[in-house]
Formats: sequence, structure tokens, C-alpha cells
Amino acid sequence: MSAFVEFLGDYTLRTVALGSALLGVTSGVLGSFAVLRRQGLLGDVLSHAALPGVCLAFLLTGTRTPAVLLAGAAVSCWLGAAALFRVVEETRISEDSAMGIVLSVFFGFGIVLLTFISKRGDAAQAGLSTYLFGQAATLVWENVVTMAVLGVIAIAAVALWYKEFKLLAFDPEFATSLGYNTRRLGLLLTSVTVVAIVIGLQTVGVVLMAAMLVGPAVAARQWTSRLGRMLAIAAAVGALAGLSGALISMSQPRLPTGPMIILSLTALVLVSLLFAPERGLFWDRRCRRGRRLRRPAADTAEEGAP
Amino acid sequence: MSAGMVIVLSGVLVASACALLGAFLVLRRMAMMADAISHAILPGLVAAYFLAQGPNLLAGFLGAAAAAVVTVSLVEGLQRTGRLGEQSAIGLVFPAMFALGTFLVSKYFASVHLDTDAVLFGNIEFAAHDTLIVGGRALGPLALWLMGTLCALNAALVAAFYKELKLATFDAGLAAALGFSPALVHYLLMSAVSMTAVGAFTAVGAVLAVALFIVPPATAYLLTDRLPTMLWLSVAVGAASAVGGYLVAAWLDASIAGAMATMAGVAFALAVAFSPSHGVVARVRRLQRQRLEFAAETLVVHLATHAEGADAVEESAVAHLSEGLRWTPEFAQRVVRWADRAGLVRQTNGHLSLTPAGARRARETAGAREMRRG
Repeated sequence: MSAFVEFLGDYTLRTVALGSALLGVTSGVLGSFAVLRRQGLLGDVLSHAALPGVCLAFLLTGTRTPAVLLAGAAVSCWLGAAALFRVVEETRISEDSAMGIVLSVFFGFGIVLLTFISKRGDAAQAGLSTYLFGQAATLVWENVVTMAVLGVIAIAAVALWYKEFKLLAFDPEFATSLGYNTRRLGLLLTSVTVVAIVIGLQTVGVVLMAAMLVGPAVAARQWTSRLGRMLAIAAAVGALAGLSGALISMSQPRLPTGPMIILSLTALVLVSLLFAPERGLFWDRRCRRGRRLRRPAADTAEEGAP
Repeated sequence: MSAGMVIVLSGVLVASACALLGAFLVLRRMAMMADAISHAILPGLVAAYFLAQGPNLLAGFLGAAAAAVVTVSLVEGLQRTGRLGEQSAIGLVFPAMFALGTFLVSKYFASVHLDTDAVLFGNIEFAAHDTLIVGGRALGPLALWLMGTLCALNAALVAAFYKELKLATFDAGLAAALGFSPALVHYLLMSAVSMTAVGAFTAVGAVLAVALFIVPPATAYLLTDRLPTMLWLSVAVGAASAVGGYLVAAWLDASIAGAMATMAGVAFALAVAFSPSHGVVARVRRLQRQRLEFAAETLVVHLATHAEGADAVEESAVAHLSEGLRWTPEFAQRVVRWADRAGLVRQTNGHLSLTPAGARRARETAGAREMRRG
């Protein structure tokens, strides 16, 4: 109880925990669609593609207002997604290569800009890199409000186009035959995913963002086969990972928040992969062993000698 | 040797080492595995640092190779469960490994210089700082020896197992049937990638290592259909990106690694646009030419059909084509010019007539189109 009171009283703790939980909810919901569409690494690619946008936004406006930098990040992510889809469509380069190309080239260009900015010795640039490499501890209340607003927008978009996104995830050919423009729908869904990624950059950073989108979705998929429930469970798993990661990192000195969130998430995913009813691997193994033990007797009883 | 020269040379060597293996990764559709491995070796490096009680090159390589094997096996194991796809498996494993590495660094080695910046974009800038010393004799910059060895090892690997790699890449089934184990080739390639990733990791960091592994081979893949050509083109593009990147970075006073990745990206974009065989411009022009050729064939068939009839004079007028064949006047002009240059028609006083070649082409076309319809 006293810990809870302390939790409510401590500004940093409250801000970081709330921000991480918000990130978990949004990326859980949007990540579910990415995983169901077998685009689990899209988040990885797009989060790296955000870097040049953040730097260019800073270079052009000279401010560090979160809204401006995040807008830059979003535009750059979106351009990365467009480049990815165009390369896959227009050339003979396969999807995985195109992903690696967009990821590394956008990021490399961003690094050029970032080092260019920092060499100019601008005092205002300090802290620009926390937008990318994630330092949840630097979150302030203003960031959490921005994250909450963006998260509500993203989830509202999913609620609004729920039917269309569901169709797109499970049967895009059927969606086309019903007259939906699947290209445009895919772009819309990617744009909403960009919002989720932008929320995560400052908390867990570009590298770990991939797991924030994939982890909750994979865990949730283990517990249910219905999309609605999967989204809810993924949001819960994401929030739980964010919250517990933030709390663990705060409990001891020198524990970075982003990696702790990812490690908590990985633990949740492992438990789900192993012990979820029906799809859990642990039951699978036990079932198979049971069957193998019974097999020979059944064979001889039914078929006699081979 | 000047510091700049050492940086450029080690950049060229590491880019070449990566490109040689990257060509096979691109062809085997395993590009994102390079991304996963280059991130996932971090905990291996940290563990090696811990066990060797300090920075130790050999321990680092062994640790990284072990981490890479763990990553590859975990990704494959997860995929085999059938509970998640390949991308999801990669997306779960390498962030977890990377998070583990970051956690270990910040918890136990806070004093060690292994900060996020170096992890994410390397420190090729300091390539000339360390010198290889054997038996008290300075043998030149350590980075050059390291990258040179990697490059030579990879070249030897590709040369020695060229046939096996080629076969397992293009036809895994045939390779297995002939008695080569595709799995063995796979693991051989993966361990070479992990070794090379250590070199690339120290030079350009985890993320930009992906640029060196994937972008030059993908560029080469747009320029050729032959594996040997693709291999040397990959190396050439990688080396050129390293040199170009160094120059751009010196000009902007920015990160060399980032500029190398950017230049590789520029090379790829140029190949996408202007590759003679697979580029977008070439394809658009090919489509345009095919469209004109098809139209010209329609024109000669049209002329041949009406050559004997009473309306021959009217139908052969250039001005009439837009009406008779429903072409815009501009398009009709272009078709006539094309057919004229191809020697299919002759133009006299605004009227068209078939050349012997045109008449032959008309017969062939009419026959072919008839067959396609029937």
C-alpha cells in the first residue's frame, strides 16, 4: 500500500510508468494487425526510418517542441513505408531486402544529419538523440500527454475502420472482390501504425520498437483466436510489459527502462508461447508424448500386422 | 599512412567483406537475418568482455559467433513451432538479445566505453588509433589487419564453396538430392555472417552493418542476372560507397558510417531508376516501344486490308488514321514515323503505302493475331 502511495506521489515514476503503459497499449493493438499480415518487421523498418525526419524537422524549425519533431518523424516513417512498397512493387528486389535497404539507408542518412547537427555546436540539439535511442527516464508530463492524444487517435482509427482492417488482415483478396481498395486500406493501416511507432521512439528507442509491435501480438495470439479479444489482450500485455519494465528499472539504479520493458515483454511472450491453453507448446509436447505412447497398441488393434 | 587513408581502406575492406556474403543473403531472401545477427551479437560481445576481463579480440569473435548461433537457432526454433511467422520470430529474438546486451552494459559495465552511439553507428573514425603489435613490433593499424583478414576469409570461403553456395541458394532441393546438405551451407554462411558482423559492428555499428550487407548486393542484383558478375559488382558498389561516404562525411563534418550507408542508398536508387535491364526508366521505355510496335503492326495490317478495295486512297491518308484507327493525331504521327523508320511504310503526298517488308510484316501479324484470337 505504501508503495502504491509512493508510486502516485513520485512524479518521475508516475510519468515514466504511464508513458510506457500507453506505449504498450497502442503498439499492442497496431502490432496485432502487423503480425497477422505477416509484416512483423515493418515496425523495425519504420522506426529506423523516423530518424532523418526528426533531424530535418529540427534543422528546418530550430525548435525541440515534441509535436514538431514527432511530426517530422511521422512524415519520414511514412516516406519510408512508401519507398518500401514501391521498391517491392516496381523492382525484382524481394521484400526482406527492400526492408533492409529502407531501414539502413534512412537510418544512415539520419545519422549523417544527427552528427552534422551536433558538430554545429547548437545548444538546442542536446537531447535530440533521446528521441531515437529511447530514454524513458527523460519523459516529462508533456510527452505523456502527447502520447495519450496520439494513442487515442490511433485506437479511434482502428475502431472506426475495424471491419476493413479485419478483412485486410485475414482475406485481402476477398476485400478486393467486395470492392475495397486494398492498396489504400493498407496504406491507411500503415499510417496508423506509424503513429504507434512515433509514440514508442522516445520510450524504448528505434531498435527495441520492433519487439514492442511483435511481442504483445504474438503473446495475445496464443490465448485467443478471435480478433477483438486478441486486440484487447495485446493491449493488456503491452501495458503490463510497459508498466513492469518501468517499475523494475526504477527499483534499482543503473537499469535502463527501454531494455527492461523489452525483457519483461519477452518473459510474457515466453510464458504465453509455452503455457497458453490449446496453443501452448508445453501442452503440445505432453499431448504428443501421450499419443506416441498409445500409438503402437492402437495400431495393432486396428490394422493387425503391417 | 595517413589517418584518412586508413579509414578509407578499412571502410573499403569491411564493405567488400560484407558485400561478398550479402549477395547470398539477398538471393536467399535472408536480408533481415543480417539485421538480426548484427544486433544480437551485442550480448556475446559483452559476455566475452566479462569473461576475458577486458577487451579481447578473439574472445569477442567467439562470443559474437555464439550469440549469432543462438539467434539463428532461436529464430528457426520459434518458426518451427508454427505459432508465429518468420518476421515475427526475428522481431522477437533480436530485440530481446539487444536489450539483454544493453542491460548488461549499463548494469555491470557502466564505466566501460561501450556507449549507445558506438553500438548504433560504430567508430570507424578511430580506425587509425590502434596499432597491431606482435612481439614488440608495430605492424600497422589494427583495423586494417582485422578487416583485411575478414575480407580474405570471406573471399576464400566463397571461392572454396562457390558451387555449394550457388546450388543451395538457387535450388536447395537439387543440392539435397545431390548430397550437399543445404543446412550445412546455411550454418556455414550464418557463422561467416556473424564473424563479419563483428568487424562491421566495430566499424559502422549494428544498424549500418545491414546497409553494407544488403544494399550493394541488392544494387548489383538489379544490374545483372549472373552470380559471378553480381559478386564483383556488389564488392565494387560497396567499395565505391565507402570511398564516396568518406568524402561526403569529410565535406559535411558528419558521421562516416552514416554517409557510407547514404551513398550505398544513392547507388541503389540510381540502379532502380536507370538499370539497363531491370530499371524503371528502361521498363517504361520498353513498354513505350512495344506500344508503338504493336500500333505500327496494326497500321500495316490496316493498310494491307484496304490496299485492294475501292476505299484504298481514303484509308491510306495519314490524316484519316485518327478516325479509322481511333488514334489521336499526335499518336498517329508517332506511329507513322516509327513505321517509316522501321522501313514498313512509305509516305507520298500524305498517303501511305506498304513497302515489301511492310507487306510481309502485315501477313505475319495478321496470321499471329488470328491464331491468338482463335
